Amino acid sequence: MSQMENEQQMKNGDAENLGAVLASKAEERVSVASNWKLVWWRFRKNKLALLSALVLIAFYIVVLVPDFFATQDPEATDAKLAFIPTQGINLLDGSNFSPWAPAVVGKRNPVTLRMEWKIDETKKIPIRFFTAGFEYKFLGLFETNLHLLGPADPKSEDRLYLFGTDRLGRDQWSRMMYGTRTSMTVGLVSVLLSVILGVLLGGISGYFGGWLDLIIQRLIELLQSLPTIPIWLAMTAALPQDWRPDQVFFAITIILAFIGWTTLGREVRGRFLSLREEDFVLAADLAGCSRFRIITRHMVPAFMSHIIATSTLAIPVMIVSETSLSFLGLGIRPPAISWGVLLQEAQNIQTIAQAPWLLVPGVFVIIAVLAFNLVGDGLRDAADPYGH
Amino acid sequence: MNNETPLLSVRDLKTYFMMDEGVVKAVDGVTFDVYAGQIFGIVGESGCGKSVTMKAVLRIVEPPGKIVSGQILLKRKTANGEEQVIDLAQLNANSKAMRDIRGAEIALIPQEPMAAFSPVHTVGDQIVEAILLHQNVSRREARTIALQMFKDVGIPMPEQRLDEYSWQLSGGLRQRAIIAMALSCNPRLLIADEPTTAVDVTTQAQVLRLLRRLQEQRHAAIIFITHDLGVIAQMASYVMVMYLGLVMEQGPVDEIFHAPKHPYTQALLRSIPTITMTPRVNLPTISGSIPHPFNKPRGCPFHPRCEKFIAGKCDTRIPALQPIGEKQWVSCFLYHDGEVAA
Amino acid sequence: MGQLFLVPRWGGGRVTNHQTSQPSNYSTIKLLEVKNLKKYFPIRKGFFRKTVGNVRAVDDVSFFINEGETLGLVGESGCGKTTASRCILRAHAPTAGELLFRTKEGSLVDLAKLTRAQLRPLRSQMQMIFQDPYGSLNPRMTLFDIVGEPMYVNGVKDRKERVERVAELLRLVGLRPEYMQRYPHAFSGGQRQRIGIARALSVNPRLVVADEPVSALDVSVQAQILNLMLDLQKRLNLTYLFVAHNLSVVRHICDRVAVMYVGKLVEMANTLELYAAPKHPYTAALMSAVPVADPRIKTGNVELKGEVPSPANPPSGCYFHPRCEFAVEVCRKDAPVFREITPNHFVACHRADELRLPGIA
Repeated sequence: MSQMENEQQMKNGDAENLGAVLASKAEERVSVASNWKLVWWRFRKNKLALLSALVLIAFYIVVLVPDFFATQDPEATDAKLAFIPTQGINLLDGSNFSPWAPAVVGKRNPVTLRMEWKIDETKKIPIRFFTAGFEYKFLGLFETNLHLLGPADPKSEDRLYLFGTDRLGRDQWSRMMYGTRTSMTVGLVSVLLSVILGVLLGGISGYFGGWLDLIIQRLIELLQSLPTIPIWLAMTAALPQDWRPDQVFFAITIILAFIGWTTLGREVRGRFLSLREEDFVLAADLAGCSRFRIITRHMVPAFMSHIIATSTLAIPVMIVSETSLSFLGLGIRPPAISWGVLLQEAQNIQTIAQAPWLLVPGVFVIIAVLAFNLVGDGLRDAADPYGH
Repeated sequence: MNNETPLLSVRDLKTYFMMDEGVVKAVDGVTFDVYAGQIFGIVGESGCGKSVTMKAVLRIVEPPGKIVSGQILLKRKTANGEEQVIDLAQLNANSKAMRDIRGAEIALIPQEPMAAFSPVHTVGDQIVEAILLHQNVSRREARTIALQMFKDVGIPMPEQRLDEYSWQLSGGLRQRAIIAMALSCNPRLLIADEPTTAVDVTTQAQVLRLLRRLQEQRHAAIIFITHDLGVIAQMASYVMVMYLGLVMEQGPVDEIFHAPKHPYTQALLRSIPTITMTPRVNLPTISGSIPHPFNKPRGCPFHPRCEKFIAGKCDTRIPALQPIGEKQWVSCFLYHDGEVAA
Repeated sequence: MGQLFLVPRWGGGRVTNHQTSQPSNYSTIKLLEVKNLKKYFPIRKGFFRKTVGNVRAVDDVSFFINEGETLGLVGESGCGKTTASRCILRAHAPTAGELLFRTKEGSLVDLAKLTRAQLRPLRSQMQMIFQDPYGSLNPRMTLFDIVGEPMYVNGVKDRKERVERVAELLRLVGLRPEYMQRYPHAFSGGQRQRIGIARALSVNPRLVVADEPVSALDVSVQAQILNLMLDLQKRLNLTYLFVAHNLSVVRHICDRVAVMYVGKLVEMANTLELYAAPKHPYTAALMSAVPVADPRIKTGNVELKGEVPSPANPPSGCYFHPRCEFAVEVCRKDAPVFREITPNHFVACHRADELRLPGIA
């Protein structure tokens, strides 16, 4: 460790007057490092968590501008183009970098009258980055038709089917981009809501105690004792059928948050209880700090990093919950798109046998959940940098 | 030092901890001998390696800690009554041979008696288990031994106490029960790791008296580890002073307290308030604080705080532990030029 | 206070040896008078959390502290010394009793009767030094915030003024002012204890309660902190309530010592008098139990039998009688009164007048 060698040299070099030795830069850097910096230094040592964090960042970039990543209009149906398999991209044409995808050619089977698709390696569709495509509003700000990927000639009949198409001939890749937006947002927003609920109610419970604590604790126990699936079923069933997709979306987030805050509430309460006994909190009290100042300056910062770690671990639970609800047809419903809605397409075995690419959203769910868990674990380990 | 072979002889023991941040040389070349019937005190402040030394002897150093080199020679009697010397550092920590030695030959009295007993078994059951593990006796005989042990360590109502759980006993009784357990297999060497740090003065006095009495009765050797100079003065017959993984000085207790040689020992003894000195005067202090083990100074680890520091010598070379006078050993360039080979 | 280097500067000093005794310049004006202080913690059981008994942590304790002196409060763990000291600072609300405090302005207030809001203006006059140098500093605040916060909440809102004061305080406790922007994790136990002292002194307190201020520190660092406390007392005319269990340390730093046993005071006297001629058998036993750091003086000869009783269920009469070798019939029946048997020597023992007990030194 070069840091330590540095320090050591400083000490050896001027042992006569240790007190006057200016701290080496490295030592100074650690000495003035705030809690968040220390957490970050510990977190970045965990390579797996760091990689997962990058994956999550990628996901959330997609959440911001799914249209930009989509290659086709996700709603455009064309029964003639149903069940096209994945094409796959080749990066090199000969020895030059020039990505292309093989064309898919269909032929109707005269016996089953079904379209049968074949990949024709000889016919290359050149792919270009930042090409023109369908019109959309970038971040809701301005109209554009710029897309990340697309066939070199947007006006031709050539189409890109990176993840194939579904039974209505909709491009699965583009639908995935939109589904990512919905599912990742539901996870994030419902966890945010449950954090607010959990910190508020848990904080009241832990700091004030007494009968308030008693009531909140019994409420948490009640909510935790209820089986989640039937509760979701009941609550989603109660949603009016004629609600718009965005209304349903918000309702689902609130339902998820309503069940999800309890664990967090418990944790916050526990932290408050133990922090109340800490000497530095007593010191603040004896210095004459107000209750509000003690809570906001001393107690809440002490468990903020833990809360973030716990919330990160709660997001995948929300995502899986949303996916399962939508998969069962009880959560977000078409025409809105979410990972669960996409997976609905893969509900029967025959479809899966015929068009296995319809399971791709499942792979995304797994990647997202894993990434959240790894990041959450990494954060939890890094959350208390004063452990030793 | 006397002429008989020591019961335990540790030679140049090095125990390092391989951490992500670097290597912590917790014990960096420690040598000492413990003789039968001796109370051998190890005294030192935090990070001096006194506890790690004992864990190494018991072979219970947890990873990332590792015995890097050195010998731990234990004299033991074999089944046919012959004396035999084995090197514990060569044994596998989890081998049958090592497990036979732990508990039967060397027993540990830990600092935290609460953690040493399982809360879900009665104290008696746990002691009986320990006896059955090391001795060829029936369960009934083992209980009789356990009962006798409880009487020996002065636990009132021993029959009843045997059937209680550790959390039902008070701090003092728990400490006695742990001593009973440690003694139950008649070990020839007892290691007491800060046995009175967690208890009050009056209980401490009881425990210390008890240990002294038992040691005299059984002629066992005790290695007594503590940071409390008072306790060491009252208990030990021979004292080893450690600082940052190295032995600073060792010798008979009277020499260490009345004729200390190493500047660290001298300064340490001067800096504690005693009951005979004038109150409310400024105590002579040792400047600075103990460096973090990662930041161990080069050369003699004490040199940045030492008032007799020799520039160009103490900060580059590590003094070796060498005899001075008849009984005392000291590692300091003020007395000799011996140094540890790099 | 500009350029005061009262203590050896951090790391710069060598072993120093001032043999000038520093009797504290205490007066006979009582800064604090504690009268019949009681603190009971209810034992609750069952679903309805009904109170089934009380832990009498502090049970009718009376003593006083003169301005400028150091009073030691000693006893074994669970004797109530920490609870008593926290009641005085009103970290706990006392169950009963009076805490008469002479304010800066010279008026007497009963701290026990004040509400949280009424206490706030008085907080700056009494501060605390904690035992644990790790738990007592908020790891998420810089030294400037830690030492400057009490000033801030007590009205020093100007940042520049606080920076100056904090720098001065850090110098006062032997730390470099440049450390202001650092976090506590950059410091050793002894240095942290200095930070804690600087925080306590930041609001110019008159009474400082020190709860085992050196017992968590390494032996070689304890002396530095004790010297610092003595120097600061002399310089700033502080009054200390020094709560500790280490009798050698208490003898070194205290003018008077009060001994507690199971929530009650058993003896209180001038330090040297108490150590040389204790009047209470418990004090004598405690003295004899101290291991002296000299192999030629053998201690620990008087063995105290049995265990400390629980404050939830104390014995009858004198709480010490089951363990006392001098106990007679009256000790089992009546609780002794805490009385002054010679000037300034208080003891709660029926046989205090007849017993001649050994002390140390």
